[in-house]
Amino acid sequence: MLKKYTFSKGIDDYFIGVYNAYKFIARFFKQAFQRPFEFREIVYQCYEVGVKSLPLITLTGFVVGMVFTKQSRPSLVSFGATSWLPSLIAIAMIRALAPMVTALITAGKVGSNIGAELGSMRVTEQIDAMEVSGTEPFKFLVVTRVMATTIMIPILAFYCTFVGMMGSFVNIYQHEKTSFPTFIAEAFAQVSFLDIGTSVAKAITFGFTIGMVASYKGYNAEKGTQGVGKAANAAVVLSMFLIFVEELVIVQISNWIRYF
Amino acid sequence: MEHKAAQIDKSETVISIKGLYKSFGELTVLRGIDLEVFKGENVVVLGRSGSGKSVLIKIISGLLLPDEGTVKVLGKDVEQLSEKEMRDLRMKIGFSFQSSALYDSMNVRENLEFPLTRTNRTLGQKEVDAVVEETLEAVGLSDKIHQMPSDLSGGQRKRIGIARTLMLKPEIMLYDEPTAGLDPITCIEINNLINEVQERYKASSIIITHDLTCAKATGDRVAMLF
Repeated sequence: MLKKYTFSKGIDDYFIGVYNAYKFIARFFKQAFQRPFEFREIVYQCYEVGVKSLPLITLTGFVVGMVFTKQSRPSLVSFGATSWLPSLIAIAMIRALAPMVTALITAGKVGSNIGAELGSMRVTEQIDAMEVSGTEPFKFLVVTRVMATTIMIPILAFYCTFVGMMGSFVNIYQHEKTSFPTFIAEAFAQVSFLDIGTSVAKAITFGFTIGMVASYKGYNAEKGTQGVGKAANAAVVLSMFLIFVEELVIVQISNWIRYF
Repeated sequence: MEHKAAQIDKSETVISIKGLYKSFGELTVLRGIDLEVFKGENVVVLGRSGSGKSVLIKIISGLLLPDEGTVKVLGKDVEQLSEKEMRDLRMKIGFSFQSSALYDSMNVRENLEFPLTRTNRTLGQKEVDAVVEETLEAVGLSDKIHQMPSDLSGGQRKRIGIARTLMLKPEIMLYDEPTAGLDPITCIEINNLINEVQERYKASSIIITHDLTCAKATGDRVAMLF
């Protein structure tokens, strides 16, 4: 007997997937604000997401700041405007580079980790074991991880901005011998509250997206070890895709506000 | 070893299944199952691989929903329960998984503490420690308290899995293939442990197996799925 679909298998599966994702997000908001809270686990997950990502964020942030300065210098030299470099780098880092670099690095490192960990727990029946013992695995496993990424990615993005600026300062100091106080004063002269607000909003959105996508893919993993691999992979790919879409939307909104 | 006659109260039914059907897509695994389990009784469910034995106990514990039929556990229809009611019911059910399903990021102590501290947040650490030690003693693995699941043998993992379910002093125990993949001596130890759980905790049990020695050693009654 042929299975009947409302439209076709692909379209039906798509809408079922969207509905399941909606239910997953709704369940997160319902449980996130419901007692008892898993404070200890949230702190542990914040450590896992934040502290363990620091070396990678330090390296990439520093390199991005330095490379962006090196790349921008020739264009500004031709206008005799190298004194604009600090503010250019600060605006670029705060508005776009720091949240984006942090989110992409974290999606790769933390997203795949969450997807694989929860996926492995699902296929080895550890999540079922939590459920049948009357505990709330969703709150313990999903809510804590999503909270951790949502809290830690803005902090990591702020840190990434700082090390990026340090990378930029090293390059500027080599060429212009600009002092650190002057560099900082010039860098932040053109930065507005809207820039900082947008940056924080982006980082929070990216953090929530990474945690939610990775948890959703891992929590709903199936078909054994192959499913774990797919969950980890999908967690990274889908998170990165959504991060770019969200970047576009948030930039558009911030520009509307800026020119309103 | 044959199973000693236990104190079974046939006036009290703890699990009642009537006309149970369950399919996965085109594949029907359970067709009109009827089963009753009385208080204090060990019922062994025998059947070939793929006959739906594990599906049956997953439906009893609410991990899967039936397509048709009624499943009443401790007088409650599992399909009609709210999320909270289901959680409360599950605290009275112990489920020993075929794979043991120990939380591999936690050591033995944390595995045992997890269900207790998550379902009763008012307990102090001393009380929790006492229950952990008592339960580990009951399964004969007190010395493994700080070990990680990966450091345990198959039989030890099974025992710790059973110990974890005993932390909440369940009224019903569901064992999914408790002796699968174990050597004959460890099988005997697990069978003895199942009988000890019945005696010590006065629990009613469903034991899913295709091991006839286990069935003989633990069962008061045998049901066949075919």
